[in-house]
Amino acid sequence: MSDGAFMISPRWRWFGVACSALFFVLAFTATGAAQSIGPVQAILQEHRAVLEKSSRKTVGPVIDALGDSGLERAPLVLEAWQARNLYQRTEDGLFFIGEERGGTNRLIDVDSGDDVGEITRDTAKQLRPNGGVRRVIGSALVRFQLNAPDPADREAALQAIDRNPEEVHLAALGASIDAESDPTLRSRKQRMLRLLEIRFEKDEAARVAAIESFRGDIGVDVRAALNPLVATRLEVVAGEPPVTRNVARVLAPGSAELPRDVAYSALVDAGLATARIDREAIKSALVANIVDGSVGGALVAELDTDAARDAAYAQLANDGLAPRALSEADVDQALSAHTFFLSYSERSSAVTEAAEAVLSSINLSLGAAQGADLLLDGLSLASIYFLAAIGLAITFGVMGVINMAHGEFIMMGAYTGYVVQLFVPDYTLSLIIALPLAFAVTFGAGVALERTVIRWLYHRPLETLLATFGVSIALQQLAKNIFGTQARPLTAPDWLDGAMVINDVVSISYIRIAIFVLALLFLALFLLIMKRTRLGLEVRAVTQNPKMAASMGINPDRINMLTFGFGSGIAGVAGVAIGLFAQVTSELGQQYIVQSFMTVVVGGVGNIWGALAGATMIGGLQKAIEWLNPSNTLAAQTYMILFVILFIQFRPRGMIALTGRAAEA
Amino acid sequence: MTALDTARPRRRSFLIDNPSVMIFIAALGVFTVVATVLSEGFGVGLLSTSLVKTLGKTLCLCMIAIAMDLVWGYCGILSLGHFAFFGLGGYMIGMWLMYARTETIVIESLANAPLPPTEQEIIDAIGVQIFGVVGSSDFPWIWAFADSLAIQLALVVLVPGLLALVFGWLAFRSRVTGVYLSILTQAMTLALSLYLFQNDSGLRGNNGLSGLQNLPGLDETPQSIVSIWFLWASALALALTYLFAAWLVSGKFGSVVQAIRDDEARVRFLGYPVEGFKLFVFTLTAVIAGIAGALYYPQAGIINPAELAPIASIYLAVWVAIGGRGRLYGAVIGAAVVSLLSTWFTGGRAPDIPLGFYTVQWVDWWQVLLGIGFVCVTLFAPKGLGGLVDLFVDTKRLAQRRPETSAAELASPRPQPSEN
Amino acid sequence: MSSLLHVNDVSVSFDGFKAINGLSFVVGTPELRAIIGPNGAGKTTMMDIITGKTRPDSGDVLWGEGGVSLLKMSESQIAQIGIGRKFQRPTVFGAQTVRDNLRLALKKDRSPLAVLRFTGTDEDEDRIIEISREIGLAEALDRSAGALSHGQKQWLEIGMLLAQDPQLLLVDEPAAGMTPQEREHTTELLNLAAESRAVVVVEHDMEFIRRLECRVTVLHEGAVLSEGTIDHVTRNQEVIDVYLGR
Repeated sequence: MSDGAFMISPRWRWFGVACSALFFVLAFTATGAAQSIGPVQAILQEHRAVLEKSSRKTVGPVIDALGDSGLERAPLVLEAWQARNLYQRTEDGLFFIGEERGGTNRLIDVDSGDDVGEITRDTAKQLRPNGGVRRVIGSALVRFQLNAPDPADREAALQAIDRNPEEVHLAALGASIDAESDPTLRSRKQRMLRLLEIRFEKDEAARVAAIESFRGDIGVDVRAALNPLVATRLEVVAGEPPVTRNVARVLAPGSAELPRDVAYSALVDAGLATARIDREAIKSALVANIVDGSVGGALVAELDTDAARDAAYAQLANDGLAPRALSEADVDQALSAHTFFLSYSERSSAVTEAAEAVLSSINLSLGAAQGADLLLDGLSLASIYFLAAIGLAITFGVMGVINMAHGEFIMMGAYTGYVVQLFVPDYTLSLIIALPLAFAVTFGAGVALERTVIRWLYHRPLETLLATFGVSIALQQLAKNIFGTQARPLTAPDWLDGAMVINDVVSISYIRIAIFVLALLFLALFLLIMKRTRLGLEVRAVTQNPKMAASMGINPDRINMLTFGFGSGIAGVAGVAIGLFAQVTSELGQQYIVQSFMTVVVGGVGNIWGALAGATMIGGLQKAIEWLNPSNTLAAQTYMILFVILFIQFRPRGMIALTGRAAEA
Repeated sequence: MTALDTARPRRRSFLIDNPSVMIFIAALGVFTVVATVLSEGFGVGLLSTSLVKTLGKTLCLCMIAIAMDLVWGYCGILSLGHFAFFGLGGYMIGMWLMYARTETIVIESLANAPLPPTEQEIIDAIGVQIFGVVGSSDFPWIWAFADSLAIQLALVVLVPGLLALVFGWLAFRSRVTGVYLSILTQAMTLALSLYLFQNDSGLRGNNGLSGLQNLPGLDETPQSIVSIWFLWASALALALTYLFAAWLVSGKFGSVVQAIRDDEARVRFLGYPVEGFKLFVFTLTAVIAGIAGALYYPQAGIINPAELAPIASIYLAVWVAIGGRGRLYGAVIGAAVVSLLSTWFTGGRAPDIPLGFYTVQWVDWWQVLLGIGFVCVTLFAPKGLGGLVDLFVDTKRLAQRRPETSAAELASPRPQPSEN
Repeated sequence: MSSLLHVNDVSVSFDGFKAINGLSFVVGTPELRAIIGPNGAGKTTMMDIITGKTRPDSGDVLWGEGGVSLLKMSESQIAQIGIGRKFQRPTVFGAQTVRDNLRLALKKDRSPLAVLRFTGTDEDEDRIIEISREIGLAEALDRSAGALSHGQKQWLEIGMLLAQDPQLLLVDEPAAGMTPQEREHTTELLNLAAESRAVVVVEHDMEFIRRLECRVTVLHEGAVLSEGTIDHVTRNQEVIDVYLGR
C-alpha cells in the first residue's frame, strides 16, 4: 500500500460519512422526531446492525467510520464501546454512553454529553462486544491517541503499540510523525515506525533498510523484533530442500547439532519413516505375547537382559507376531535418503541475512554492555563487602583482634534501623536518624565487648576468636528472642526506589549507588581520622609500638577501646545499609561474616587499602563467576572460596601486604 | 629431689604411665553395659530407643571431640572444619545405605512386573527413587561405587583424609597459621556446605540423604536392636580412638606436636619438618572425624548440608574448650556434657523458669546461656571442666610423678615470632 | 681447621633499608667465633639468613666441604644438616619437662613417621642424663621447663643444642640477663662446645667476648668492619668510632 492511496481513502470515507450523517439528520427531522441527531450518533445509527450484533470480522467499517470522522467525541464512544459501556435505548435504538452520576447509572448523549435519563433494565440495553472486537477497537483507539493533544496520551499509545504491535499501526504511526511536536516523542515514534517496518513492511528493500538501521542497538525491543525473523525450525524432505523454503543451514545427521536419534525421530514425525522399536516397545510386545510363561521361544524368567529380550523379540517378529525391528542399516539408509535443514519461517532471504548480520553486531554491543553491567554489579557488591569488612579490617587489622561477633554488630545495626522505623514513620527521616543511632548503638556494644572480654585476651588471638564467637551465638539468640525468627522489613525511602537505567542492559538500583557512596564516605572518613586527627595519630602509634606509645603518654587501653568501638560502629552503619536491600533476620550477620573475613584476608591485614582491594576482588570475582554460571549463585560462592584458598598460597599476606620488618613488627 | 631421679626412668607400659586411659575405658565399658541392660532391645526397657540413639550419637561426638582436641588442644591448629570431615564420612556411608535400601525396595516392587527387570532397569528405577526429589534420575559419577559397602567404607576414610591432605598441604605449605588458618578452614567448610546445598551436587542438595537408620537386608530387625548395635560400635570406636590418641600424645610424637603448638619456629630450628607434622595430625584427625560421622549418621537417620555448616565446627571447638583442651578426657567430657545439655534444653524438656514478669523458656534461652557460659570459660577457666579433675588428682598423685605446668602457661602459649 | 660456612657477598633489604649489605665471612671448624656490632648492625638478620628464616636478595651461603647452598633449603632442612640456633630470648618448651625438651633435641630421624615409631633406647636416656649434668640441670630433669629460672632456661637451650649435636652452633646473646656466676658457667659451656665444632656467638657485650678469647668479627651497617683478635679489633679506629660514636 502506498502512502498516496492511504491519503486518499479516508477522504472518501469522510465524504461518505458526512453524506450519510446528513441523510439521517434530514430523515429524523422529516419524521418530526423531537430529538436531534448528532454526527456521532448518525454514524452509529448507520452501522446500527453491526453494533447490535458485532463480530471481529464485521466491525471494521464502523470503527473506520468513527476513526476517520475526525469528530472529537468519536474516540470517547470507541472507548466506551471497548469498555462495554455503550448502551442502546430500547425505545428508539439510539446509542448512549453509560456513566454513573449521583449514585445511578445515566445515559449520556454521545454527541452533546447531556444526561438524558437513567439506565434500567427496561430503558436500555448494554452492548457486549466480545474480546476480538474489543481488541480491534483498542488498536483503532491507538490511532487516535497517537495524535492526541496530550503528550502523555501519545506516549501511552506508543506503549500500547510496543506491547501489541499490529500491521494497522504502521500506517497510523507513519502518518502521525509529521505532526508530532515533541522531539522526544518524535524520535520514539520514528524508532517505533522502523520496528514496525521490520515486522510488517511489504517492501523488502525498505524492510532490510529498517533492519540495518538498528545495527549495534541493544534495545530489548529491537531484539524482540529481530529474533522471530531468525527463528528456525528443523525440516526434513526427500531430496533437495524446496526453493520455496528460506534455508538457514543444511544439517548432517549424526553431527553434534543433529544427533542420529533426533534426526530419525524427525523423519518419523514427518511421516517419512516408521518408528524404531525401542526398549519399551519390545517390552510391551513381549508382555503382550506371553503364553504359558514363555514368549518368543524363551522362558519369561530368562528375559532379564536386553540381549535375551532382543532375541525373543526377533523370534516374535519371525513368527509375524510383531513388526520387525529396524536394523541400523535401515536407519542409515533412511537418513541418507533425506535432507535435514533448518529453515527460517521468514521467506525473504535478504531479510533473514540482514537480521542475522544485525543481530550478531547487536550481540557484540550486548556483550560490551553486559560487561559494563557486570562491572557495575561487581562494584556494588564490592562496596557492600567493603562496608561489611571495613570495621573488621580495623579490629582485625589494626588491633590484631578477631571479632567473630562482627556479623552480629551488622545485624544489630539493621535491627536498630527497623526499630527506628517503628517510631518514625517517615522513611527518609528514619534513615537519617537510624544511621548515627546504629553507629552509636554498635559503638557502645563494641566498647562494652572490648572492656568486658577482649581486653583480657590480647595476644591470645585464638581465644579472642572463641570468646567473641560465644558472644556471637548469645547475641544471635537474643535477637531471635526479641524480634522473632521471621524477617523484619527495613524499608528504603521512595527516592531510593527504582534504578538508574542507562540502557536496556545496564542499570543500577539507587540503593546500590547509595551504598557505593556510603562506602566511599567511610573510606574518606577513615582516612581523615587516621591521617588528620590526634586520635588517628595515637592509633597508628599504638599499632606500631604500643610500649613506645605508652611511654609517650598515650593510653593504649583507651585507644584500643575507641578503635574497637569505631570498628563496631561502622559495622552498625553497614547493617542499616545492608538491611535496606536484604532481609533483616537474626542470621543477617552470618551471611556476611565469612565474606568479610575473606575480604580482609585477601586484601591484606592492617591496611584500609587492603580491605578495599580485597572487597573489589571478592565482589568482582563473585559476580564474574555468577556470570559464567548464572544459574547457580551457590556454586559461585563455592568457587570464590576455593579461589581465595588458592590465592592465599601465592600471597599469604594478602594483596596489599606490608613487607619486611614492618610486617613482623 | 633425690639422686635417684637423675637415673634413667624405667620404661613402662604406656597404660601404666597413663592411668586415665584405663579409667576412661573402664567407665565407657560400664556405661555401655548399663545402657544395654536398661535398653528396650536387650534389657529392661527403661531407656527408650531414641534415648539410646542419642547416647550412641553422643559417643560419636566424643570421638570427633578427641580428634578436635588432638588437632587443636595438642597441635594448636584451631580447625573450624572438622565437622566437614565428619559430614563427609556420614555422606559416604549414607550413599551406600540409601542405595542398598532403595535397591531392595525397587527389586521388591519390580518383582511383580510381567518381565523380570534387567540390571539397567533396576539402576534406572533406583535413580528415579533417589534423585527424583532434585528433578533428576541419572546417577552422578560420585555414586559409582555406592553399591559396594567395602568401597564406601574405604571412602569414609579416604575422602575426608584426602580433602584434609590437600587442604592442609596448601595451607601449611604457605605457612598460614593462627587465626588465618582458622578462617581458612571455616571458608573450606562453608564452600563445601554451599556446594552440597546445590541440587546438582549429586548428593540431593538440601534434601540430603535420608532413611539411613534402616539397614539394608535387616528390615526385620527392630530399631531397638539396631540402636544397641550402633551404641556398641560407637563405644568400641571411641575406646579405640581414645587409646590411640593417648598413645600418640604420650610419646615423642606428642612431645613434638605440643612443642609445635607452643613455639612453631623453635621446633623448625630443631630440624623437625613442622608442616609435615601438622599435615599428619590434621589428616589423621580428619580421618577420625570421618569415621565418627559414618557411625553418627546411621543413628541420626538423615544427613543434609546444614550439618556441615561452619557453625557446627565452631560448636565443636566450644565443646572441647569447655571440656578442657590439651587433655583427652576433657574433650570427651565437654562433648558429652554440652551436647547432651543442648539436646535436653532445646528439646523442650527442661523446666521453664517463671520470673513473674517473664518466663524463661530454655528453648529460647539455652543458646544465650551457652554463649555467655562459653565466654566465661574462655576468660576465667581456660582449662575447662577438665581442670576440675586436677583439683582431685593433681595434688595427690600426678604432682609427685610429673609436675603440671601452671595454668597460665598452658592457657597462654608465648606469641610466636611469626605472628607478631 | 677446615672451613665450614661461607657467606658470600650477601645482601638483603627491607622496604629499602639495607639490613645486610655485601656481607662476606668464613667460619671454620672447630672454631669459636664472636660476632659483635652495635644495634642494627645486622647480626640477627645474618643469623636469620643462615638458618633459612630470611631469604637474601643476592649472594650465597655455602655449607661444608662440598659447598652446598643453604638458600634453597627450609629451616628444618638446614637444622637437620647440622646448624643449631639459640635464640636471644630463651625459647624452651615450658609445658614439657626438661627431659622431654632434651629428648626433642636429640639427634634422631626427624620425619613424622619415624617420630611416631620412636621408642627411646637406653643410650638415648643416658645421653640425656649426660647433657643434663653438663648444663647443670641433672637435678631438674623431671621438672617442667617453664618453672626454671631465666639462667637455667638459657642453659637448657644450650643443652638442647648440644643434644642436637650440630656442626655449627649459632648463639644469640647467651649472656643477656645473667648473673656473673651464670656467665662463668655459660662461658665454660661454649668453650666446651667449640672443642669439636664451630660455634658462632653473637653478642654486643665486649666484656663477655673478651672472656671467650676467640676470633672476633665486627659488623656495622650490614657489612664486616673488622676481623681479628679482640685486641686487634678494639684498637681499630673505625670500631672505636662505631661503638663510641663520632
